[in-house]
Amino acid sequence: MPLDDLENSDFVSFPDFFLQRMKIFREDGRGCEDYRHLEIETNVLSNTSGSSRVRLSNTDLLVGVKAELGDPAAEKPDRGKLEFFVDCSANAAPEFEGRGGEELATEISNMLARAYDCPRCLDLHKLSIIPGQQCWVLYIDILLLECGGNLFDAASIGVKAALHNTRIPTVTVSQDEGLMELEISDDPFDVQRLEVHSAPCIITVNKVGHSHVVDASHKEEECSLARLMMGVTSKGTITALRKEGSGSLDPSSLEDMMETGKRVGENLNKSLMNALIEDEHQQSSKKKPHGFLR
Amino acid sequence: MVDIRLAHSRQKPEKHESEELSNLVSPGNIITADTGFMRGHGTYMEDDKLYASVAGVVERVNKLICVKPLKTRYNGEVGDVVIGRIIEVQQRRWKVETHSKLDSVLMLSSVNLPGGELRRRSEEDEKMMRLYLKEGDLISAEVQSVFSDGSLSLHTRSLKYGKLGQGSLLHISPSLVKRRKTHFHNLPCGASIILGNNGYIWISPTVNEETDQTGGYEQNFEVYIYPVQRSDREVISRLRNCVLALAEHKMQLYDTSVLYTYEASLNFAVKDILKPEIMSEIIDSAQQRLEREGT
Repeated sequence: MPLDDLENSDFVSFPDFFLQRMKIFREDGRGCEDYRHLEIETNVLSNTSGSSRVRLSNTDLLVGVKAELGDPAAEKPDRGKLEFFVDCSANAAPEFEGRGGEELATEISNMLARAYDCPRCLDLHKLSIIPGQQCWVLYIDILLLECGGNLFDAASIGVKAALHNTRIPTVTVSQDEGLMELEISDDPFDVQRLEVHSAPCIITVNKVGHSHVVDASHKEEECSLARLMMGVTSKGTITALRKEGSGSLDPSSLEDMMETGKRVGENLNKSLMNALIEDEHQQSSKKKPHGFLR
Repeated sequence: MVDIRLAHSRQKPEKHESEELSNLVSPGNIITADTGFMRGHGTYMEDDKLYASVAGVVERVNKLICVKPLKTRYNGEVGDVVIGRIIEVQQRRWKVETHSKLDSVLMLSSVNLPGGELRRRSEEDEKMMRLYLKEGDLISAEVQSVFSDGSLSLHTRSLKYGKLGQGSLLHISPSLVKRRKTHFHNLPCGASIILGNNGYIWISPTVNEETDQTGGYEQNFEVYIYPVQRSDREVISRLRNCVLALAEHKMQLYDTSVLYTYEASLNFAVKDILKPEIMSEIIDSAQQRLEREGT
């Protein structure tokens, strides 16, 4: 059934009120392209190479990046690797207990891996140490602490912030009688940074009724029949695209949603970079992490 | 519009020193070392001292000391107004989710059925149960009795209770809802609000008293026939954000506090109410007005 017919059928009964008001006015008064209150903090975990915490209204997550030495992939010998892992804490939702959150976790990590699987968004050559033999592997762990909708976007924001915060120790390679020797600097200031300016953020555009909304709350997600997730860089390049949900989409609305996503993505990346730069300036004067205290 | 804040640029709320703080305890705090008191909910006894087992406010009734927790599931009491969602249709009863520890029940014999109040519930009615209320429906009800295990039995035997139609549902902590004589309010701003004792708040457009008090079993959901006006939606969203703001600042919810907050928020756009600095500004001015003229 085409999505646009749904509104005239009796398929949707109770969220009608919701759908109808969303056309013009969302539940909390936001417009279609507004985000909820978003707060980030970096450098929250001392035992990681880089970390961040994101709170998007009720959605709460923690991201840690750990740099470890490893073998490069056979087909890309001169590049480092990114490994995404998502953990859905049972604190976030009772459904996540046991193995309940695994499906969602793989979905998020796959989407992130796809969004970052683009040669121009993150310079992985920098992570290479000895081509074909040694490279840095960045293990990016995302812990979901609270679910309030729009997990994908929040996770990607967290990842970008954590990567910006990541400091990888400098490695010097010396050749000794044909044997390569690695020396990892243990000076906390002798470090490499990652260039994240062009790293993508995931933007989820939900089709609710006739409108295309971003940053859907949990309730709005329940009402949305189809959503489009895309990795968008600050220049508006779409690095990954994925459609989810049972509803079908018209090609014209698909294009429309992509346009919306691009526009929002550019804005989001810009604000995020500004916030991260400001954060760095404050980092020096900052005494201790804010963490979970409110 | 994306507005990203940093955690450490967050302003610390000013501390309002008040006497109330003296009876605020956290788990493990000694409430009293005096042995002349009785141990109530939220407390435990060790070495003849009375400790708090939850974070909350100490309440004393004669010799009985209780701690009323700030964050809690709903502990029902007879006569409370609650909002619940039907989760299951069973034999002669509905299972209702009311944010208590156990699911509540609504018996077929404790609802008003269409066509007369004192009608015997026949087998026909049992078969029709899903027609009246089905899974996912929202109802307002009153607590009829509390079972020995703490689960609640509800009733909707008054025209003001029953199925809820179009509106907005909010979840807040049950301890923030102030117990009042009435929990149904038609606010002058053009919306009705039901402050459920279980922390569920229902905001809906005000309906015409005479025509629509049918106990709600013939509620019309056809929004295309009865659309909610945009102005009504704006009012509802504003009220919703105001209630959330009050809850965020741990203020008690009752008609006056909601109304004053609503009026204080009128200077701002609806979506801005949830921004922390604007939220505290609104709450501060509402709080001052409550202290000045509130009841």
